[in-house]
Amino acid sequence: MSVAERPVVQEARRIMEVCNACRYCEGFCAVFPAMEMRRSFTTGDLEYLANLCHNCTACFHACQYAPPHEFDINNSRVMARLRAGTYEKYAWPGSFARLFRRNGTVISVATAMATALLLMLALTVQGKDIVLSLHQGGGSFYSVVPYRLMLGVPLVMVILATVVTVVGLVRFARGTGWNVKQLLDPELMWLAARNVLTLRYLGGSGDGCNYEDDTYSHKRRWYHQILFYGFGLCVLSTTAAAVYEHFLHWQAPYPITSFPVVTGTLGGVGILLGSAGLFWLKVKRDPRPQAESLLGMDVAFSGLLFLTSLSGLLLLSLRETRAMGVLLVLHLGFVAGFFITLPYGKFVHAVYRFAALVRFADEKRRNHPGNGIF
Amino acid sequence: MIDITRNYDVLVVGGGNAALCAAISARKAGATVLIMEYAPREFRGGNSRHTRNLRCAHDGPTEFLKGSYPEEKFFNDLLNITDGNTHEKLARLMIRDSVDAPAWMYDHGVRFQHIQGTLGLAHSNPFFIGGGRALLNAFYNVARRLGVKVLYNSEVLELEIEDGTFRSAVVRSRGFTHKVQAKSVVIASGGFQADIDWLKEAWGEVAENFIIRGTPYNRGRMLKDLIARGAEIVGDPRQCHAVAIDARSPRFDAGIVTRLDCLPFSIVVNKDAERFYDEGEDFWPKRYAIWGRLVADQPDQVAFSIIDSRSIDLFMPSLFRPFRADSIRELGRLLALDPLRLERTVRDFNEAVRPGNFNKDELDDCATVSLEPPKTHWARPLDKPPFYAYPLRPGITFTYLAVKVDECARVVMQDSSPAENIFAAGEIMAGNILGQGYMAGMGMTIGTVFGRIAGKEAAGYVCR
Ligand SMILES: Cc1cc2nc3c(=O)[nH]c(=O)nc-3n(C[C@H](O)[C@H](O)[C@H](O)COP(=O)(O)OP(=O)(O)OC[C@H]3O[C@@H](n4cnc5c(N)ncnc54)[C@H](O)[C@@H]3O)c2cc1C
Ligand code: SF4
Ligand code: SF4
Repeated sequence: MSVAERPVVQEARRIMEVCNACRYCEGFCAVFPAMEMRRSFTTGDLEYLANLCHNCTACFHACQYAPPHEFDINNSRVMARLRAGTYEKYAWPGSFARLFRRNGTVISVATAMATALLLMLALTVQGKDIVLSLHQGGGSFYSVVPYRLMLGVPLVMVILATVVTVVGLVRFARGTGWNVKQLLDPELMWLAARNVLTLRYLGGSGDGCNYEDDTYSHKRRWYHQILFYGFGLCVLSTTAAAVYEHFLHWQAPYPITSFPVVTGTLGGVGILLGSAGLFWLKVKRDPRPQAESLLGMDVAFSGLLFLTSLSGLLLLSLRETRAMGVLLVLHLGFVAGFFITLPYGKFVHAVYRFAALVRFADEKRRNHPGNGIF
Repeated sequence: MIDITRNYDVLVVGGGNAALCAAISARKAGATVLIMEYAPREFRGGNSRHTRNLRCAHDGPTEFLKGSYPEEKFFNDLLNITDGNTHEKLARLMIRDSVDAPAWMYDHGVRFQHIQGTLGLAHSNPFFIGGGRALLNAFYNVARRLGVKVLYNSEVLELEIEDGTFRSAVVRSRGFTHKVQAKSVVIASGGFQADIDWLKEAWGEVAENFIIRGTPYNRGRMLKDLIARGAEIVGDPRQCHAVAIDARSPRFDAGIVTRLDCLPFSIVVNKDAERFYDEGEDFWPKRYAIWGRLVADQPDQVAFSIIDSRSIDLFMPSLFRPFRADSIRELGRLLALDPLRLERTVRDFNEAVRPGNFNKDELDDCATVSLEPPKTHWARPLDKPPFYAYPLRPGITFTYLAVKVDECARVVMQDSSPAENIFAAGEIMAGNILGQGYMAGMGMTIGTVFGRIAGKEAAGYVCR
């Protein structure tokens, strides 16, 4: 346990003990039912609970002990702080954990460097004329960035990111005192996946979550889902393109009505809307139940997604012009920045949350055998 | 800015559940409404902030309630717990109106939990998701959208009443004293439990050792003023809802988390280390409300609930961790009790326990023989260390002394005529229904039903 983390863990334990004596919030989300299955809380328990929390802030606005009450209960905030701590604690390799601090800066610098590097490479290797001239028809992208590079580099990066993330995941599961094998139980995975796909717990008590104040709204859920499915479509589009390319030997760019372009465009628009919406909510939100240290990470992540998607869409619409070369390099730079920083940024929330939901499904099943629904 | 020089149709005194139900109902009936809440915004909503359910009659299962709870059963339960000390007409009116309360609340933003059944209340009491504060947030948001004006930090000091008719109120708002005129007034300012001096008038010096579970703002100022201006009073100033809570609670506003559910599995001793009442008389939800008085009658108004490790996980955890020791003697020392006497009390108890089949969910056959007082259920010897103890004090939930009201929630004056434009709802009139005793959820039901009636009638008076 890092030294900086201790007071947060203590505060989370204090708050969970108060909540466990109260339980008024048990209808809001999975954190409270999971809490009720315990009478005392190890550090690992608390880290698990923190990753079940979606920071909907409902329990802050509903709490009769919220500050200025002397009990000073701010569960949403302590869960957010502790969650940020788990990203650091379980990051692999351990020496990279620092990347989670000042994450906004880390991500901006990494992306800027990737982009600059690519641009320089393209300009020096391919030459200014090629980058800035007009290319048309099949294979035009590859005259700017060679095919092998465009396929190979991302592939390596994706594999690296996956390995690092999976190791982090296993470290998280173990560190919080859970049996990693349970993660692979298909029924549990399905139960957890269902919650993720519908973002059930941001539904709160049925009217959404609190964000700006004590009124409920579904906005955050919607923006997040648009972003989530937009991202999914982009992954689909890229995979389809790779298949076309590699197995069907059909070279990009593809026609407007082709599968990769249609899914990519829809997905890109989704990412734009979703990330802009989430950013807008961040600006307007009530700061009290938030961990401000997370703001940089959140903004960098949605900002990077926004720019990646924007550059992709621009590339699509201007691919027949001289701007194509620069836009392509820019877009690839953002994509590279995204994958390089993937295991050391906001993206990990998805992984840890999923693991926490699987564990919750497991605990539910043990406590209420025969009842898989929750 | 809220203009308090304007003559509002309805002035609502208080900012809890009863007040909000009245304000929303009055506004929906077409009246202009001003709410005066003593507390600052962060602490708005009085005792209602600390609640989690209400009691309603219903004929069949609903999304939030099991089975049914017929009106007649509700009424009989009420007769039972008050020992007949209720006003039948008002009680039946309340029960009838409780039927559509959850739907009304739902329409105004309150959300209920799906059936849990843990407290044995699944047939009668729907639970609010997020508790009373979430309920209040919902009501305040509806009220704001409807155009109800709310002033926080505003204590109503006096009412000006001429010939049974309300004219204006004197208010201290943010440090200044104003006169506020309105055509009618709904008083929903709670009981007087936070006024310790008044409690002492009723209970004597022992009240110094009482803990007030809810808001420090319910000081009974309106109740006192109405009494002085000739309103008829019902009830006894000593009657109240009083439970035994953890003695380490802060003096005010600790709410639900300092309640203790361990008593039926424990023995309870006073500061002389003697037992004084059957801890296992009945299920805890049926008995918790007598223990406040029982502890209040003990020397120094303090007692200790003692259990062993066999029972430590049988009840809901509470805010403070128990005292813990490896022997009864050591536990006695920790609690500043006479260790030898405590040891003897425990020994006597252990020897009197006759073997049985322990079952915490039934009135089981684990009881003592020839012990005074007996423990009639869940009696098991205290012999498995470590031993634990929770210190107890009386915790006052709310007082029952009330202004008398009629079926329109109008305040009845001493000449038995109802004041035409003065209405009361919630704790301040709860004594009409609760002469004594308590059942879970009554406080919110009384406030919701009579708050709605008061609001509608106050608007009706103005708009007729
Ligand atoms: C810990 C706890 C748990 C409880 N749980 C439940 C439960 O689950 N179910 C249930 O039915 N009941 C419960 N009760 C009882 C319930 O809280 C009350 O009966 C109910 O809330 C009363 O509502 P009310 O609107 O009359 O009073 P309150 O909600 O107390 O509101 C009174 C309001 O008047 C204001 N006020 C007081 N004096 C003045 C003045 N002079 N001028 C202006 N404003 C003034 C106060 O600030 C407050 O806002 C509980 C009580 C406590 C303490
Ligand atoms: S956040 Fe507050 S109201 Fe909710 S369970 Fe915890 S203590 Fe109770
Ligand atoms: S912030 Fe929302 S998700 Fe997190 S614990 Fe509170 S209610 Fe649950």
